[in-house]
Amino acid sequence: MTKVTLTVNGRKVSGECEDRTLLVNFIRENLGLTGTHVGCDTTQCGACVIHMDGRSVKSCTILAVQASGSDITTIEGISSGDTLHPVQAAFKENHGLQCGFCTPGMVMTAVDMIRRHGGQLDEQTVRNELEGNICRCTGYHNIVKSILSAADEMGGAKQAAE
Amino acid sequence: MYETNYHRASSVDEAAQLMGNAGEGKYLAGGMTLIATMKQRLAAPSDLIDLRHIGSMKGITVNGRNVTIGAGTSHYDVASSDALKAVCPALCSLASHIGDPHVRHMGTIGGSVANDDPAADYPSAVLALNMTVKTNKREIAADDFFVGMFETALEEGEIIVSFSFEAPDKAAYQKFPNPASRYAMAGVFVAKKGSDVRVAVTGAGSNGVFRHQGMEAALKAAWAPDALAAVSVDAGMMMADIHGNSDYRANLVKVMAKRAVAAAG
Ligand SMILES: Cc1cc2nc3c(=O)[nH]c(=O)nc-3n(C[C@H](O)[C@H](O)[C@H](O)COP(=O)(O)OP(=O)(O)OC[C@H]3O[C@@H](n4cnc5c(N)ncnc54)[C@H](O)[C@@H]3O)c2cc1C
Repeated sequence: MTKVTLTVNGRKVSGECEDRTLLVNFIRENLGLTGTHVGCDTTQCGACVIHMDGRSVKSCTILAVQASGSDITTIEGISSGDTLHPVQAAFKENHGLQCGFCTPGMVMTAVDMIRRHGGQLDEQTVRNELEGNICRCTGYHNIVKSILSAADEMGGAKQAAE
Repeated sequence: MYETNYHRASSVDEAAQLMGNAGEGKYLAGGMTLIATMKQRLAAPSDLIDLRHIGSMKGITVNGRNVTIGAGTSHYDVASSDALKAVCPALCSLASHIGDPHVRHMGTIGGSVANDDPAADYPSAVLALNMTVKTNKREIAADDFFVGMFETALEEGEIIVSFSFEAPDKAAYQKFPNPASRYAMAGVFVAKKGSDVRVAVTGAGSNGVFRHQGMEAALKAAWAPDALAAVSVDAGMMMADIHGNSDYRANLVKVMAKRAVAAAG
């Protein structure tokens, strides 16, 4: 067993696991944060997307030991108390989910996407950026709508703050 | 996944030393191929030597037209490098179309080239841009590097440290992605530097990435998509699978090559 130390959602945590333990399993089982999902297990579906050192990654294809020392944000870490993150709020408002299984990964992907594109997103870009996230319910339409709406909101908020 | 022992190296020398002490060790870069393969139990290294924390293996330097890319540089960092975009935008564009954003955040150029998947994108760039592959032991010319499918000139325990090349005058990469996996069913990288032209094909060849001399000669004579019209691409050299037979791939290669020349301008 190896000791893994992470900063997860701003909190320093550590735990023991085998070297072959996947980060997603460490997050779900050792830390009890079950918002991050395992969908396909083959690095395709994106239900396990989290942020590691500020970048979106598929936590089903990273070992917990590989991540040791890094700064992790999961879906549990993006709202402020009871106030939803603008991307979460946009998914709710635009009916961007049905069964909800892919939603944590979609939301984490959207937050990363909006960060990288500085709020300047169009529909085609959003669709291309969703290459690594699979949804079997919505047909993506309302997911794209949610992300564009959140990007507008966040771009606007940024200008207002400046 | 079978059991394994993880080691984190902080320098190239330390990584080579750790590998020397390992039984059936493997280097681990982004893990976007290796961890995925281990999960399927198609690989079972006794030890993993993580290269991701070796600072000297990361980053892009552009000096005039001379480019050096650390083997540990992620696809995302290649895709979004302004310095690289200024001298060789084709390489940024290639990197920006690998897999998906999350894969691009982890996957590295060194891992992709060392793995030499016959459908991977980067090997075509290494060959067409005539890159020098620098390892912890020597420098290997692109033409000597790729041996066959998943097979390179790398020796046991050898580490790719960086890639260097002189930026071409014109270059472009066009791939026809498999609609499901997004790996290339045919990808063609064309590069023109002075009177020299190199054309490298990935995804299609039954022996991995290769240069197409016929297309190179035609483009040397005239740099235009139509110059390729009379060139024949041998279907006998092409892969065939449920996604496309060899005639289909041979045709795709030509179509991608024409599009690449058009895109390069
Ligand atoms: C969903 C998905 C989609 C993808 N789509 C594409 C695509 O469209 N096009 C494409 O080209 N690729 C694609 N890939 C593969 C991706 O580009 C990988 O990142 C890449 O092939 C391997 O790089 P890595 O850094 O992740 O290497 P790893 O998986 O860590 O290692 C791969 C191999 O290279 C060896 N290695 C790594 N670094 C070095 C080094 N510096 N020196 C010597 N040996 C080394 C390792 O020992 C291992 O054998 C995809 C992957 C996934 C999961």
